[in-house]
Amino acid sequence: MNINPDAIVVWQIGPFGINATIVYTWVVMALLVLGSRAITRRLTTGPELSRWQNLVEVLVAGMRDQIREVSQQEPGRFLPFVGTLFLFIAASNLLSVVPGFRAPTGSLSTTTALALAVFVAVPLFGIAREGLFRYLANYVRPSWLMLPFNVIGELSRTLALAVRLYGNIMSGVMIAGILLSLAPFFFPILMQLLGLVTGLIQAYIFAVLAMVYIASASSARASRDSHEESA
Amino acid sequence: MTDLSLIGAISIFTAGLTMAIGSIAPALGEGRAVAQALASIAQQPDASGTITRTLFVGLAMIESTAIYCLVISLIMIYANPFWAQVLQRAGG
Repeated sequence: MNINPDAIVVWQIGPFGINATIVYTWVVMALLVLGSRAITRRLTTGPELSRWQNLVEVLVAGMRDQIREVSQQEPGRFLPFVGTLFLFIAASNLLSVVPGFRAPTGSLSTTTALALAVFVAVPLFGIAREGLFRYLANYVRPSWLMLPFNVIGELSRTLALAVRLYGNIMSGVMIAGILLSLAPFFFPILMQLLGLVTGLIQAYIFAVLAMVYIASASSARASRDSHEESA
Repeated sequence: MTDLSLIGAISIFTAGLTMAIGSIAPALGEGRAVAQALASIAQQPDASGTITRTLFVGLAMIESTAIYCLVISLIMIYANPFWAQVLQRAGG
């Protein structure tokens, strides 16, 4: 049983192996880009709208509402980053019902990359909002004694983001594989259904946590409210 | 006992122990959180959206401790670094 999609090499181009994680990441990316391109090519504001436009409108409006509620700020600045995170993780988790597809989020490299993107985005949004010195002043709040704890918290929550997503998806694949050898045909299907729910919830949680971290760094008022959550 | 069987036995035993302890505590914590959230929703159905969202985020944070234990025990069973080291020394 091969639980790590990094270890499956699909192509070998010279010294570089193109593994299953990269291939399926490209598949998900192509699906999202081409799909949204095809849908948004014919947008209408009239009373008659296509089904796909309706779907995309529901998605975008839902994400904007959630971001507004979590961050208590206008969602426009955060929507491209947080919405893309949610769509990518949700698409790759949901596509795991397709036979042969290995979710790229089941590999620690993908989730680490996503968590590092959040790790970089938090100070970027914070500095863009408040300026460099007022952002750095957040680290010595409430007193300078807290400086090492704030820095460690920044690093450990990045680790937690990566390992949480990886552990959830990978354990779903793993349990399905073990059950397939113990009790074939019926139980694995139930676990797959549970895996779909877990995958969607994990995508939601990843996006909400990224939003909470960004919001707590980019507004002093919000950071006092969400200090308990960012531990 | 040889080194290899000692490492195998201790790894499997510790993996089981890790999962046992590491799943009891988050399960108790999540149970309390869900019970409290249900009571709150029954009291104030209007606030169910906010309560549910906060509950999910909180559950994810509680659950991450269990996930750490799972990852550690999987590493001990499937990708044990000491196992590989001993095998390498025996082979070379």
